[in-house]
Amino acid sequence: MKEVVKITGILTSTCIICAFLLSFVSGIAIEKIEMNKQKRVEDAITNLAPYAKKIEEVKLNNEIIYNLFNNKNKIVGYAFVAEGQGYQGKIKILSVIDVSLKKLEGIEIVESVETPGLGAKIKGALFKNKFKNLNISKTIECLKDDPTKDNQIKSITGATVSSRAVTNILNKKIDIIVNLVNKK
Amino acid sequence: MREFIKGLWREHPVFRQLLGMCPTLAVTTSALNGISMGLSVVFVLFFSSLVVSLIKNLVPTQVRIAVYTVIIATFVTIVDIFLQAVFPDISMALGPFIPLIIVNCIILGRCEAFVSKHSLSASLKDALGMGIGFTWGLFLLGSIRELFGEGTILGFKILSSNYNPLIVMILPAGAFIVLGFLVAIMNSLEK
Repeated sequence: MKEVVKITGILTSTCIICAFLLSFVSGIAIEKIEMNKQKRVEDAITNLAPYAKKIEEVKLNNEIIYNLFNNKNKIVGYAFVAEGQGYQGKIKILSVIDVSLKKLEGIEIVESVETPGLGAKIKGALFKNKFKNLNISKTIECLKDDPTKDNQIKSITGATVSSRAVTNILNKKIDIIVNLVNKK
Repeated sequence: MREFIKGLWREHPVFRQLLGMCPTLAVTTSALNGISMGLSVVFVLFFSSLVVSLIKNLVPTQVRIAVYTVIIATFVTIVDIFLQAVFPDISMALGPFIPLIIVNCIILGRCEAFVSKHSLSASLKDALGMGIGFTWGLFLLGSIRELFGEGTILGFKILSSNYNPLIVMILPAGAFIVLGFLVAIMNSLEK
């Protein structure tokens, strides 16, 4: 009996001490981590749409949309974050579409845990640039060969699943966003 | 001094003991990833050895593995939070492999096989030696794979742009091939 109490006591106190230590460290870092995330989104937007002088966050039906204004305070585009399942985990993509809702200005991968060296290439400029000026009035298609139409992209060799995941996540979200903005 | 040196070569954790194969094979797609993973392991190994060495006489043998694992997990989580806050890019590149250090057998192995039987100072030297040995192993493996797979080392162009990258070196198969050669070289050097 004494043995059981001792073992339980040691295990419990170890866990309590570790939990305190972790909450202390996380308390210091949480602000910085949130700032990094926020900054990543803002950097990504200004990167994709350098003409956006003002970014305004609005919520429509639980979807967060960033309205992008030019220096004359006119809406020139919309940005939004799309999220979905990739090959290994969640992929979070920021994309900017133009004000006519027909053209993708570009995408940025904000978060992903794809295989380093393979799926992780979705973060590379080579892949992301393929989405510049893509026609989104039709569904985006992901091909293994070179694209022939303006709504198609070529997938990364050896990372077809990750490439498809990106286009699927985008297609789903673009649909929702376009409908919401049109209704507004 | 002997305790420190042995991890660097004679009892090298990767090439001699073949421990910690999961991160060794998985994250060494580039030299930078290798170094970052290696240094994270140095930190976790050093502090886990320190704490385990200090409390080893208090912990009943039946639950020692559980206690060690909680301690290791705590330090790994600290590394994870630190990287997310200060080096978000590296944190994104290494992804799930940082939390996976918890089950890296080098760390639990050293705590169980060495720290629990030796003094504090010997344990710390052993931890540093093993950690740095692990780091140079991952750096070498990452450099070779990055060189042949992308033509660069640490992002610097080494091979001319005419060089046609061997994609296989970045793929998991490349990790096994390079590791096999390195272990073979190590073995023949030791003979």
